[in-house]
Amino acid sequence: MPFIAAGRSPRVLVLGAGVTGLVAATVLTGRGAAVTVRFRPEAASRASHFAGGMLAPWCEAADASALVAERGAAAIGWWREHFPGTCRAGSLVLAPPRDQAELHRFARRTTAHETLDTEGVAALEPDLAGRFRQGLFFAGEAHLDPRAALAALAADLPARGVVLREGEADEAEQEGFDHVLDCRGHAAAPDWPSLRGVRGEMLVLRCPEVALRRPVRLLHPRIPLYVVPRGEGVFMVGATMVESSDRRAVTARAAMELLNAAYALHPAFAEAEILEAGSNIRPALPDNLPQLRAEGRVLRLNGMYRHGFLLSPWLAQRAAALVLDGADPEGGTA
Amino acid sequence: MRVYNTELGSRLLLGTAQYPSPTVLAEAVRASGAEVVTVSLRREGAGGGEGFWRLIRDLGVRVLPNTAGCHTVKEAVTTAQMAREVFGTPWIKLEVIGDDDTLQPEVFGLVDAARILSAEGFQVFPYTTADLVVAGRLLEAGCQVLMPWGAPIGSGRGLNNPYALRSLRAHFPDVPLVVDAGIGLPSHAAQAMELGYDAVLLNTAVARAGDPVRMAAAMARAVEAGRLAFEADPMEARDMAAPSTPVLGLPVFGA
Repeated sequence: MPFIAAGRSPRVLVLGAGVTGLVAATVLTGRGAAVTVRFRPEAASRASHFAGGMLAPWCEAADASALVAERGAAAIGWWREHFPGTCRAGSLVLAPPRDQAELHRFARRTTAHETLDTEGVAALEPDLAGRFRQGLFFAGEAHLDPRAALAALAADLPARGVVLREGEADEAEQEGFDHVLDCRGHAAAPDWPSLRGVRGEMLVLRCPEVALRRPVRLLHPRIPLYVVPRGEGVFMVGATMVESSDRRAVTARAAMELLNAAYALHPAFAEAEILEAGSNIRPALPDNLPQLRAEGRVLRLNGMYRHGFLLSPWLAQRAAALVLDGADPEGGTA
Repeated sequence: MRVYNTELGSRLLLGTAQYPSPTVLAEAVRASGAEVVTVSLRREGAGGGEGFWRLIRDLGVRVLPNTAGCHTVKEAVTTAQMAREVFGTPWIKLEVIGDDDTLQPEVFGLVDAARILSAEGFQVFPYTTADLVVAGRLLEAGCQVLMPWGAPIGSGRGLNNPYALRSLRAHFPDVPLVVDAGIGLPSHAAQAMELGYDAVLLNTAVARAGDPVRMAAAMARAVEAGRLAFEADPMEARDMAAPSTPVLGLPVFGA
């Protein structure tokens, strides 16, 4: 660990301004560090720009390690504190009639939900009245608009004394800091050989005929998808999961699957305007869980996979503890 | 068992899709004792799949690339050629899908593609139905192994047509036969092996189990149990009770 004179704030350089970097910068300044953020100006270069923004730790437990639910639950509080647009209205899980077995599996593999019948679904989402016989409601979950949330965090940084600089930082610049936090997502793959890309594709639709208050997951054995309301008749439909770091545009197949899911949820989506079709690469480690890795002055925060908004506060707090207390509360020292 | 001059110790072949993570996949493969895993190149292979392929190669088992998601002969042949480049193997699990709801093989295209690929030096593992005539055509096309379905892919319904599978076994006693797809439970896998099948290929039953590693171990034991039972020449089922201890003083043949 580098020597820091008593009473002086540690100087930290954060590489990357996706959700990992911005949350880390926010948490670190909150604990008194002097932070500089290096970022690429193109918002679309960031995986989190295309995220669903579901803060759904209990739903994610259906297919992820129990750790995601345990560590992710606290993220809801963190985001409510740092982004007023965080909406805690729960999430709804549905399945088309012929895929009811998927709903039973989902219910078995998750906790913190209640089972709804047709009336229960209609009471929560009147526009879905009569369309689904059964659903699962996860009342404690929340959602946010990732782009608005990232913009809000970034806008708040200068007031926290953070210096924002466009572009890459060279070796000489990195030397001037006590710590470098590498939060570059998949761009850091050359420095972390087991980091791989999992491609995700999404659509943004405008459909004023449909109103939803909360994210809806539509289960299907092959293509489980979700629709997240962004307000004012706009919805994000996501997301594919392809074991590839291919950066080409959304494929026709993905667009068809995403549109099919939206249409299965409500036929009015057939008349929706397609505002955007986006894709990016989730950074993932072999166990699909994020990791904090200390290499001298460099701390690497990566492997967010599907859980950037859910797990970045946890990872940032661990990084801050390493920087300011010299120890990771989850074990490990710098 | 022996396929294309390769001796395999395990009679369980595993798919690599839909696992919660590559780490769980690796643990499941270890627990299953499988020596062959199959991997899809169509979706993951559009380019940029190197990260996942490296993980598959690192499993240290034989890779049987597949053409899942291909609907035409041309797509399947192109995908097979790409698979040979990526994994450096002549093996290809040939899938040509004819119906999107049931993922039923398109057997006409399958035979055509098998003929083309065999002529190009591929060793083709065709995913087919339990149709006897199609099976014969695939062998004529150059296949030295057949992989009939038990039930539609991912359905977990077990062996839908044991009669057809049995007659396939009887017609082709010397061809390696693998039940591919439809297995949901270890009892299904055991049943396939009891019919005298040489191996079982499955994916969803393990990948989507609550505990894939445990299920992989269960499948391995079921496959072994079914095979041992087949080799042991099981008793015939009968309608009447047959006391296992001798009953004295009763006539042997009932009226």
